[in-house]
Amino acid sequence: MQESVLALENISKTFPGVKALQGVQLTLRAGEVHALLGENGAGKSTLVKVMTGAMRKDEGTGRMCFDGKDRDFTSPSEAQKAGISTVYQEVNLLPNLSVAQNLFLGHEPKRFALIQHSRMQQQARELLKQFKLDIDVTAPLNQFSVAVQQLIAIARGVAMKAKVLVLDEPTASLDKDEVETLFGVMEQLKSEGVAIVFISHFLDQVYRISDRITVLRNGQFIGEYITAELPRPKLIEAMLGKELQAMHGQHQPGCADSVDAPALFKMDKVCVKNSIENMDILVPKGQAIGMAGLLGSGRTEVCRAIFGVDSVASGQMQLADAPLKPQSPAEAIKAGVALCPEDRKTDGIIGPLSIRENIALALQARLGWWRYLSKAKQQALADKYIEELQIATPDAEKPIGQLSGGNQQKVILARWLATQPQLLVLDEPTRGIDIGAHAEILNLIKRLCHDGMSLLVTSSELEELVAFANKVVVLRDRRKVSELSGEDMTPQHIMQAIAEA
Amino acid sequence: MSTRYLPLYVTGALLSLLFGLGAIQFDGFGSMRVVLNLFSDNAFLMITAIGMTLVIISGGIDLSVGSVIALSGVLCGLLIGEYGWHPLAAFALILPLATLFGAIMGMWIHVYKLQPFIVTLAGMFFARGLATMLSEESIAIDHPFYDAVADFGFSLPGNAWLGTSTLLLLLVLVVAVLVMHYSRFGAYVYALGGNHQSAELMGVPVAKATIGIYATSSFLAALAGIVFTFYTFSGYALTAVGTELDAIAAVVIGGTLLTGGSGFVVGTILGVLMMGVIQTYIIFDGSLSSWWTKIVIGLLLFFFIVLQKLLNRGRVQHA
Repeated sequence: MQESVLALENISKTFPGVKALQGVQLTLRAGEVHALLGENGAGKSTLVKVMTGAMRKDEGTGRMCFDGKDRDFTSPSEAQKAGISTVYQEVNLLPNLSVAQNLFLGHEPKRFALIQHSRMQQQARELLKQFKLDIDVTAPLNQFSVAVQQLIAIARGVAMKAKVLVLDEPTASLDKDEVETLFGVMEQLKSEGVAIVFISHFLDQVYRISDRITVLRNGQFIGEYITAELPRPKLIEAMLGKELQAMHGQHQPGCADSVDAPALFKMDKVCVKNSIENMDILVPKGQAIGMAGLLGSGRTEVCRAIFGVDSVASGQMQLADAPLKPQSPAEAIKAGVALCPEDRKTDGIIGPLSIRENIALALQARLGWWRYLSKAKQQALADKYIEELQIATPDAEKPIGQLSGGNQQKVILARWLATQPQLLVLDEPTRGIDIGAHAEILNLIKRLCHDGMSLLVTSSELEELVAFANKVVVLRDRRKVSELSGEDMTPQHIMQAIAEA
Repeated sequence: MSTRYLPLYVTGALLSLLFGLGAIQFDGFGSMRVVLNLFSDNAFLMITAIGMTLVIISGGIDLSVGSVIALSGVLCGLLIGEYGWHPLAAFALILPLATLFGAIMGMWIHVYKLQPFIVTLAGMFFARGLATMLSEESIAIDHPFYDAVADFGFSLPGNAWLGTSTLLLLLVLVVAVLVMHYSRFGAYVYALGGNHQSAELMGVPVAKATIGIYATSSFLAALAGIVFTFYTFSGYALTAVGTELDAIAAVVIGGTLLTGGSGFVVGTILGVLMMGVIQTYIIFDGSLSSWWTKIVIGLLLFFFIVLQKLLNRGRVQHA
């Protein structure tokens, strides 16, 4: 029990503009379940990727000691061979291969140099029995539900006979019985001496199964605790941070929390197929409404519905007393909605284009392609926002891909501000950007409210929501579960509303 | 299960239909001889297309195969025809060289994360240019070994002949099926085409697999180039221009997804046969322009691409 199988010390990982990990440590002992906890963006996934070879830690920092030897894995296959097996948060299997092939890819049973399909299928069936799965192992993986795929991914991790098994949010898509089955398997592995890293947002499950807890916050190591000796409030405090208390006092929205401000945007019992259900959200004029919830709780889905990406199946939306029924983002933009998406890299920036071109894009789309914005006008627009938002760049012609995350985000904001929207939807505007830019973006949100714009902002950083929002809507399982304002709007209360299961 | 094999069945059914149509209309169409000629006439294309199948299932493309066929032919001509090497010695040099050529393209694709399209396009120009530089003229090959190769084979009923190129093709086909379905390398090929990132995270040795895939394709193209010299008894730098596109067409008609991850080597053989049957039909008819072959192949390609799209859409909704 005391023998450490894997010890990570003083690990740092820097991305352009962000320190994802700073001097983090993690010690795993044989036969324990070790929970790795922290808010979104705390650095859990990065740490997992570093320890499983999917990412390299910063040159010259820290050390990783596995099985008594210093190691630095350069690829996932190297880590797997050494005995570290990982089940990632999103199912990372191959949709086109059969269940059995997915379970044994790279480890297929062979005879005379040929893969023995019948034996492989037999072994697959036996393995899945542990997980109470009785399915056709020759069928391609994409025929099965996400929950089943998740269990198959875990079974693959187990089949590797690893010394360390990393489970990143394994229970997110599982129902109660499936979670119990998984815990049974975990107990079994534990008794065989496997060290398991368990990452989960579900604190009940953490207390149920884990022996120890390591908490990360903002890329830093906060502490290692024995689960049985750590009361839940202490854990939440460790996750959210002591500064929280200090931040709490600083509820300073850009506009007063007046109850009777006229509504600018209304979402009434909105349902989207395979997505949000009966969603009611009200954004008063000149106020900022925060939206909190875990990954997959429906935050992003709400944004997509407002912006016309997903079509609304039933229910109504209203913007400034007119019905809002966008069939496409172009229509939403015309109606006066703007959305800064969550994934800046894939949905937001156009890397090789200059700052000027990136800013002019949405306004040009709104004007239609026949009314071309002259280069001089684009230039003036870009210069105006570079100054207003303090975008750090020598000039407007620099390709946006070369800016830091915070500055990229400001350019995207500028793009949408240029369209002068009535409703600005920001999906995780502060994710992955450094502290300085962080504060500037929060200030900007306040200023926009002050100037009369209405905002709907999602964020995983609760203290941040509390600081600028007039009201926070909490989502869970694609429904609204709570609405907090005034005195009740504290990170602890939000956390509670998120965590109640 | 059914959607995986469906394109294969469709190709098979269309092929039988067309062949049946020819057999009813023309005397001698539905004979063993015609069938075996389809194989021997198209053996070099089938061998090339088998390599292309691997590449496309892995999610890539190889545009260099036509040029590699030509380069391999020219080298045969030079080494055997001009310098008097024994053909086997020449093959023993050409095949490893071609494999190395493919391996280098695979390495570029993997290490520099380049588009296979552009890397193999570069390979295409390079190999064609090199072949032309080595000899602008066609070089005749006159060697007893070649006569022996031409004479070797088995006589089958119906005045049919099972020759060296067909036998070689069948050998390649058997090995390819074994590799694709009974080896780890084959599983990796499908894995890469299914989802490159997942495959990497699951521990697939992506570098080795990518290099191996393009090396195999070039090896098979060079082998096809050698087979081509069996037909022509010569090596010429301008042979097989556009063969890469014929190979890609055969792969797609054979039911392999252009986006990768799904397909069968046997389907590709059916694809080439389909193209061959159309050609044979037009020859038997005698009144049709041979360009009808291209038109029909064009229509078939459209049909199969749409079919794949529809099947894929059904699959996405399923998930």
